[in-house]
Amino acid sequence: MTAPAATFRTCPVTTRRIHDQAESLVKINAVVSVVALLIGAIAAVLIVLTRWQAVHLLSATWFYRLLGVHGMSMLIFFIVFFEMAVLYFASTALINARLVAPKLAWFSFLLMLGGAVLVEAMMWGGKADVLFTSYVPLRASPAYYLGIILFAVGALIVTGIFFANLVVAKREKRYEGSLPLVVYGAVTAAIITVITLLHGAAIYIPTFLWSLGLMHVDPQVYRMVWWGLGHSSQQINVAAMVAIWYMLGGLTIGAVVLNEKISRSAFVLYVLFISMASAHHLLVDPGMGPAWKVVNTSYFMYMAVLASMIHGFTVPAGMELGMRLRGYTNGMFDWLRRAPWHDPGFSSLVLSVVVFGFVGGITGVTIGTEQINIIVHNTLRVPGHFHATVVSGTAMAFMGATYYLIPLVFQKRVAFWRMAQWQPYIFAGGMFIFTLSMTFAGSFGVPRRHWDITFSQAPFDVPFSPVVDLVLAVVAVGGLLAATGAFMFVAIAVASVFFGKPLGEITKGTAMVGVPQGITHPPVHAADVDARNAALHAPGRGIMGPAPGTIVLVFVFLAAFILYFFVNWKILSFVWKIG
Amino acid sequence: MHTETHTGLESPKGIWWKPAHKSEKVWVGIAFAWCMVLFAMMPLWHWKGGQNPSGIRRRVEPAAFFARTQEFIQQYQVDTDRGMPIVAPPPGSDIYLTGMSFQWTPILKLQKGAEYILHLSALDVNHGFSLYPINVNFQVIPGYDYGLRITPNASGDFRIICNEFCGIGHHTMVGRVIVEDAPATGTPGTGGTP
Ligand code: HEM
Ligand SMILES: [Cu+2]
Ligand SMILES: [Cu+2]
Repeated sequence: MTAPAATFRTCPVTTRRIHDQAESLVKINAVVSVVALLIGAIAAVLIVLTRWQAVHLLSATWFYRLLGVHGMSMLIFFIVFFEMAVLYFASTALINARLVAPKLAWFSFLLMLGGAVLVEAMMWGGKADVLFTSYVPLRASPAYYLGIILFAVGALIVTGIFFANLVVAKREKRYEGSLPLVVYGAVTAAIITVITLLHGAAIYIPTFLWSLGLMHVDPQVYRMVWWGLGHSSQQINVAAMVAIWYMLGGLTIGAVVLNEKISRSAFVLYVLFISMASAHHLLVDPGMGPAWKVVNTSYFMYMAVLASMIHGFTVPAGMELGMRLRGYTNGMFDWLRRAPWHDPGFSSLVLSVVVFGFVGGITGVTIGTEQINIIVHNTLRVPGHFHATVVSGTAMAFMGATYYLIPLVFQKRVAFWRMAQWQPYIFAGGMFIFTLSMTFAGSFGVPRRHWDITFSQAPFDVPFSPVVDLVLAVVAVGGLLAATGAFMFVAIAVASVFFGKPLGEITKGTAMVGVPQGITHPPVHAADVDARNAALHAPGRGIMGPAPGTIVLVFVFLAAFILYFFVNWKILSFVWKIG
Repeated sequence: MHTETHTGLESPKGIWWKPAHKSEKVWVGIAFAWCMVLFAMMPLWHWKGGQNPSGIRRRVEPAAFFARTQEFIQQYQVDTDRGMPIVAPPPGSDIYLTGMSFQWTPILKLQKGAEYILHLSALDVNHGFSLYPINVNFQVIPGYDYGLRITPNASGDFRIICNEFCGIGHHTMVGRVIVEDAPATGTPGTGGTP
């Protein structure tokens, strides 16, 4: 056909056709991503040990410097390089397609890598002590902004290649009918990436020129456009994470798509209603009026919230139905009890859904409410929230996916297999403690991004309650546990990829050390699955339908949500009258 | 697999725009209704609630705002604490607080139960106004005057923590607000006609 000089192999597990160039790019992006995670996690340990006032490890300068390194290495480099791997994987391997422009792809990778190295060098060298938000008029060296621009241009090219791959795959008839839901989710992530990077260009190019003294940048306009980048990029993370939820559900337990229409419409909501979600970062800013704030948080954001609440139902329901279709039909929760909890791909999936939804989602929507934000803005409640979304949700999902990428793409066994089976629980458990305790500390007004809440060098004393000291110690314990989970993951990934045993022959039905159960025991559905599905959907089963267990779970979720939301309004009503 | 039922990894065969099960539709409906509640609370609180971040907002030259703050200090200064002026404006007046690296100027002495219009702005970079211990937070941005009507509901000795990173001395930036029980008669300070 029209694929010149491309070499392919056939995946022995999924029988999909895999292009070697695409595979190399998936690999290299994943490897760089893990390196960034390592840097970010080392910084995390040092800053968490500084915020623990009893230890107070770093000097002020190094605390703020490494806080910048942590934010940038984690949120941008770890997450985005991994997303690049996801885009290559979804647009080639998942649909038997080829990578259309390998040379350009390598060029964009080098741009991103060069940009990232430049940014890291500036931060470590003390030339960019501005934290990752770099609010003007705080000033970093121009090379810092330039590095970000290079990185973003590279990412934009990758997104372009992703769309080109899909177009060519369609033309070459690599798949029949519509794109699989997982790829569809990746498409929405890619569309949001384009929107995000345009905001990025709109803010970093002027800021670069400003840093050279060539133009003026208004601090409030900066915050608005910067969060157009900063928040939309979180929506990329959510869309990519949800796509991976569907993928891991399918791979680990044969989760089915409950209804394509509903799941796909929910993805579309992400694309449509995200652009001005930057508003919820500006709720207590002086530049915008109440009408702007209300419209942009509610109309735009709540439709994205709706989308997440839909996925929060369809993902577990699809998992439940997948299990029921494979014969685990007893009672309400037998499907959950009998699930492969020792498969790190599966446990990562469940932990990601649960912590993202219950902690990240509920806190996020609540603190993003215009008035409630008064008692939240820039306190520890904010990092408490987003470590439950982008870390416990997205990063956890990415880690789970990696346990499948290692055998499927790298064709290696997962090293330190026992440790890998524990890793998701340690990471998510640590994050659970970390996020809840940070949220709690924040409700006392403990500021985020702060070196010393004993205020030993300040002119006036600020006597925080001794409870706060205790809570910050719990934050540290949770944080260190989570960081341990991150280091375990890095060790497993590096050892598997560089020193791992080759995958070797897989005998279906025989468990193998280092190979997730979804690969040795693929969760295939019986030939009569359609009839079984129809039976589970029969009107006789009533309103609870095919996934009764999930319905119970989502109502528990809704009750927690309603409670937390109104408790916050109550707390707000006690403070000074302000208007 | 060529069955109708499929995972998210497979292309759906044929038309996928199909009716959903009732349970799914009901959940979408409930989730939508809840999102409407989330929305409705905000206008409702503007109307009935006592805490809103609306304020009177306008652009201002940072230097001009600082000059206005100094004028305000001269008008109503009653004392100093560690070199920082303490200012006791009459109830109902416009009061000015400037954030700059790394201090809040001046110290405010207010009366419980009285309303003031608190003008917040910054001289250099972004700062964060965080009133300790009641945990009320606003972003303070150079070039913008944020005028918030405030009514202290308890007397006490409060602090203003800076909670937006503003440079390596950020953690030393603490201001002070004193709230006293309203006196029986008269107003403290030298002014009186705001
Ligand atoms: C591995 C375990 C991790 C630990 C223990 C940890 C810990 C922390 C701590 C203590 C802070 C500082 C809070 C403050 O003082 O304001 C922080 C900030 C932050 N973290 Fe993490 N974190 C971890 C993983 C991650 C990951 C995986 C991401 C992103 C994907 C991430 C993104 C961020 C961001 C964006 C900030 C804000 C930085 C800023 O305020 O400028 N963290 N983290
Ligand atoms: Cu400050
Ligand atoms: Cu500060």
